[in-house]
Amino acid sequence: METNKYLNDITEIKNIMNRSSRFISLSGLSGVLAGIYALIGAGFAYVKLKDTSAANYENFSGRSSSLWGSDTVSDLTLIAIAVLVAAVITGFIMTLKKSKKSGEKIWDSTSKRLVFNFAIPLVVGGLFCLVLMQQGIAGLVAPATLIFYGLACVNASKYTMGDVRYMGLVFIGIGLVSTQFIGYGLYFWALGFGVCHILYGALMYYKYDRN
Amino acid sequence: MSLIDNINKAFDHRIRLGIMSILMVNDYADFKMLKELLGATDGNLASHTKALEKEEYIKVEKQFIGRKPNTRYSATPLGKAQFKKHINALEKLIGK
Repeated sequence: METNKYLNDITEIKNIMNRSSRFISLSGLSGVLAGIYALIGAGFAYVKLKDTSAANYENFSGRSSSLWGSDTVSDLTLIAIAVLVAAVITGFIMTLKKSKKSGEKIWDSTSKRLVFNFAIPLVVGGLFCLVLMQQGIAGLVAPATLIFYGLACVNASKYTMGDVRYMGLVFIGIGLVSTQFIGYGLYFWALGFGVCHILYGALMYYKYDRN
Repeated sequence: MSLIDNINKAFDHRIRLGIMSILMVNDYADFKMLKELLGATDGNLASHTKALEKEEYIKVEKQFIGRKPNTRYSATPLGKAQFKKHINALEKLIGK
C-alpha cells in the first residue's frame, strides 16, 4: 500500500533528522545516580560544616565564610569535585552501555557537539565561582553553581533530548531563588543537584530507556 | 491529484531522503558523516549525492583540512524548499 510507504518515509526522515543532530544515547539512570551522589556529598558537607564551628554551624552565609578556615573551603571543594567526578564517570559508563545496545557510536559529531556546548557555560561558571571566592563573596557560590549548571543544560538541550531544557530552567529558578536565602545555600544545592537530578533522571529513564 | 504532484521523484530513494534529512538539520555534513549515518557504501553514496547535486538541491565543497581532502555538503535553498514540499505532501497523503 502506497500509504505505508509514505508513512515509512516520514518516519525514516524524522529518525534520521534526530539521529544526525541530537545525541540520543544519554542515560537517564545516570542522572538518578548523580542525584544520589549529590545528596551524599551534601550530607558530608553538612556534617563537615557542623563540626567546623559550633557557633556558626547554622549560618552558611557568605558573610561568615571569612571565618571558615581554608581547611573547610578546601574540604567542601573536595567533596564537590568528588561528586562531580563520580557523576561524570557514571554518566559516561551508562551512556556507553546504552549506545552499545542501540548500536550508535558514542563519540561522533553529535556527542562532540553536545559536550562542547554543555561545557561552555559550565567552565565559565566554574571560573566565575573562583572569582566569587577570591572576592570573598562565597555565599553566592552555591546559587552560581545552580544557575550556570542550569544554563549549561538549557544550551545542551539543543544537542540531546529536549527534556534537559526543562531541567535546566528548574535549576536556574532554584538558583535565583536561593540568592535570596544566602544562609541556606547547602539546602538549595541539595535540592537542585540532588532531588532535581533524581526526578528528571527517573523521568527520562521511563520515557526513553525502557525499551 | 495535485497532492501526488508534490511528491518529488528526485527524493525517491531511502538514501536520498536520508541525505536531505541530515542536511535540513545540519548546516554541513561531510562525506564520512553521511556514510556513517546512512550505512551506505562509498560508491552508492557518491551516486546519490551526484544526482542531488545535479538537481541543484545540494552543494558540494571540497577543501583540504591540513593535508587531507575533505568533501562536505550543504542543502541549497532550493533543495530545502523542495524537500519541505515533499515532506508536506507525504504528511498530507498519509492523512496526518
